[in-house]
Amino acid sequence: MANNLPTSANLPPSAIVPPSSAAEAHEAQIAAGILPASKPRSAFRRGLEVFFENRLSVAGVAVIVIMVVFCFLGPFFYHGNTSGVNFAQETLPPGTGHPLGTDQLGQDVLGRLMTSGQISLTVGIAAAVLATVMGVLWGSIAGYVGGVVDAIMMRIVDAVLSIPVLLLALVIVAMVTPTETVLILVIALTSWLSTSRLIRGEALSLRVREYVQAMRVMGGGSIRAVLRHIAPNAIGTIMVNLTFQVADAIGLIVVLSFLGLGIRPPEEDWGAMLSGGVQYAFNGYWWLIIPSGACIILVITAILWIGEGLRDAVEVRLQRR
Amino acid sequence: MALYIVRRLFQAVVVLLLVTLITFALLRSIPGNPAVAIMGPNVFRDPGAIKLFDQTYGFNHPWYYQYLLWLKQLLRGDLGYSWNLNQSVASLLGQHLVKSVILVGFAVILAVLFAVPIGMAQAVRRNKPTDHFFNGFSTFFYATPSFLLGILLILIFSDKLGWFPAEGPQGEGVTVIFQNFNAMILPIATLTLITLALFSRYMRSAVIDNLTEDYVRTARAKGVSRRQILYRHVMRNSLIPMVTLLGLQLPQIVAGAVVTESVFNFPGIGYLFYTQAQKQDYPTLLGIILVVSLAVIVGSLLADIAYAVLDPRVRY
Repeated sequence: MANNLPTSANLPPSAIVPPSSAAEAHEAQIAAGILPASKPRSAFRRGLEVFFENRLSVAGVAVIVIMVVFCFLGPFFYHGNTSGVNFAQETLPPGTGHPLGTDQLGQDVLGRLMTSGQISLTVGIAAAVLATVMGVLWGSIAGYVGGVVDAIMMRIVDAVLSIPVLLLALVIVAMVTPTETVLILVIALTSWLSTSRLIRGEALSLRVREYVQAMRVMGGGSIRAVLRHIAPNAIGTIMVNLTFQVADAIGLIVVLSFLGLGIRPPEEDWGAMLSGGVQYAFNGYWWLIIPSGACIILVITAILWIGEGLRDAVEVRLQRR
Repeated sequence: MALYIVRRLFQAVVVLLLVTLITFALLRSIPGNPAVAIMGPNVFRDPGAIKLFDQTYGFNHPWYYQYLLWLKQLLRGDLGYSWNLNQSVASLLGQHLVKSVILVGFAVILAVLFAVPIGMAQAVRRNKPTDHFFNGFSTFFYATPSFLLGILLILIFSDKLGWFPAEGPQGEGVTVIFQNFNAMILPIATLTLITLALFSRYMRSAVIDNLTEDYVRTARAKGVSRRQILYRHVMRNSLIPMVTLLGLQLPQIVAGAVVTESVFNFPGIGYLFYTQAQKQDYPTLLGIILVVSLAVIVGSLLADIAYAVLDPRVRY
C-alpha cells in the first residue's frame, strides 16, 4: 500500500499542474493510473450484491415500495368515502364505483385500505425504529461496560422479557387512551428487549477488538466507544433485527385491534378493518376480510423476506471480519 | 455444574423479584384513586371513608413499604381481589389456569411432533422443493394474524363442513374438556399451527448446523448409513437446542393462547385476561401476568438446566 501513495516524485506532469478542485485532482490521478479506476468492492457493496441476488428479498422490497406508494399516494388519485357513515351504501359487493365494495358503515373498502395502511405502516415502522434504538443503546452499554452494570441491566431485560409482550402491551393500553403516538411508545417499550440482548452479545465481542482498544489507549471515553465504534459496527445485526421488529410490530397492532384495545375509531389500522370484517365472516361478505387480510399477510411476508436477505448479506460481511 | 445451577437459580430469583417490582409499579400507576375505584365515585363526599380505606389497606404508607406489604401477601398466595368479578384472583386462576395448561400442552406437544420431522426433511432437502414448500408454509402462518387463522378454521370446519363446534368446551371444571373433546379440536389446531410455524424453522437450522459437524463426517467415513446418521446422531443432537427454544418461546405461545382462547370463547386464563382487560380489572390482569411470568422464568430455568444436563459438551 505504502508505495502506491502519490508523492510528487512519481506523479506525472499532468497531475503536478495545480488542480482547480479536489475532484479534478482525483480524476487526474485516476487517468494517470495512480489510483484505481474503481474503488475496491467494499464489504457493504458485496453484501448488497448478495441481497439483490436473493429473488425473494427483491420481491419483498418491491412489495413494500408498492404498498407505501399505494397507501400514501393512492388517496391523491382515488377518492372514496372513508369517513362518513352511509347505511344506504353498507356492505355493497365490489362493483362500479366501489372496486372493492363497501364495509359495514358504507365506507369504501379500497379507500379505507389506503388510510388504514398508512397507520399500520407508520406505527409499525416508527415503533420498530424506536425499539431498536432503545435496545441498541441498552445492549451496547451493558455489553461494553460489563461487570455488575451488565448483570443488573441484563436481569432487568430478563424480567421484562419474561412478561409476554402481548399481556404487557394490553395492560398498558388499557390504562391509557391508545392514540397513534401512545401505541408507538407502548410497542417500543415492550419490544426493545430482544434487540438489547442481541446487541449485548455483539458488544461483548466488539469491545475486545484492536481498534476499540487503540481508541481507549488514545484516551477515548466509554460514550465515544459505544456511539462511534460498538453501535456502528453492529449495524448489520441491527438492520436485520430492525426488519423483524417491523414485522412483529405490525402484527402486534393487528392483534391489539382485534382485542379491542388498538387505535380508537374512526382511525383504524388494517387489523381493525380485518377484525371489523370478521364479524360478518359468516354472512359471506368476503370483501370485508380478504383485502385487509391479504395486505397484512403480504406486508409481513415481504418484510420477513427482506430480513432473511439482509441476514444473508450481513453474514457475507461477517465472514470477512 | 452444581455451581452453575446454583448461580442460575439465584438469577431466577432476582428476575422474579424484578417482575414483582414491575407488576407493582404497574399496579400503582393505574390512573385514579384505589378507594374511588373500589367504593365508587360517591365516596368523594366522605373524605373520612377514603382515609379509613387508605389506612386499612396501607395506602397511607410510602411506596416501598406498600411494596413489601404486597410482597408479603403474595408469599401467602394472596394475589389480590378482583372487585369486578367479586372473587379473589387466586380462585379465578384456579378455575381458569388448568384449562389453559391443557390447551397449551396439547398444542406444544403436537407442534413439536410435527416440527421435528418437518425441520429434518427441510434440512436434508435444503433448497429443494420440499424445503421451499415448508418455508413458505411457516412464513405464511407466521404472517397470518392468529385470530384470522382461528376464524378461517371455524368458517371451514364448523360453518361449512359442520365437523366441529365453533366454540371451545364451556362450563365449570376440567372434566368438561374431556367430555366434550370434539370442541377442543379447533382451538388446539389453531394454537398448534401458530406454534409449529415458530418451531419448524429452528429445527431446520439446528439440523443444518449439526449436519456440518465433524462427527457426521466421521460416522460417514466409518460407513454408517445416511439414515442411521440422521436418526441416531443428528436428530438427537438437534433436539437439544429445541429444549431451550421451548423455554424461550413460552411468552409467544401464551400470547397465541390469549388470541386463540378469545376467538373460541375458551374459558382459560387468556380469555379471562382479554375480557378483564376491556373491563380494566387490573388486579386480575396483574395476577395473571405474575403467574405467567413465574411460569416463563421457571420454564427457562428448567430449560437451561436440562440443556446443561443433556449436552455434555456444555461446560460452565
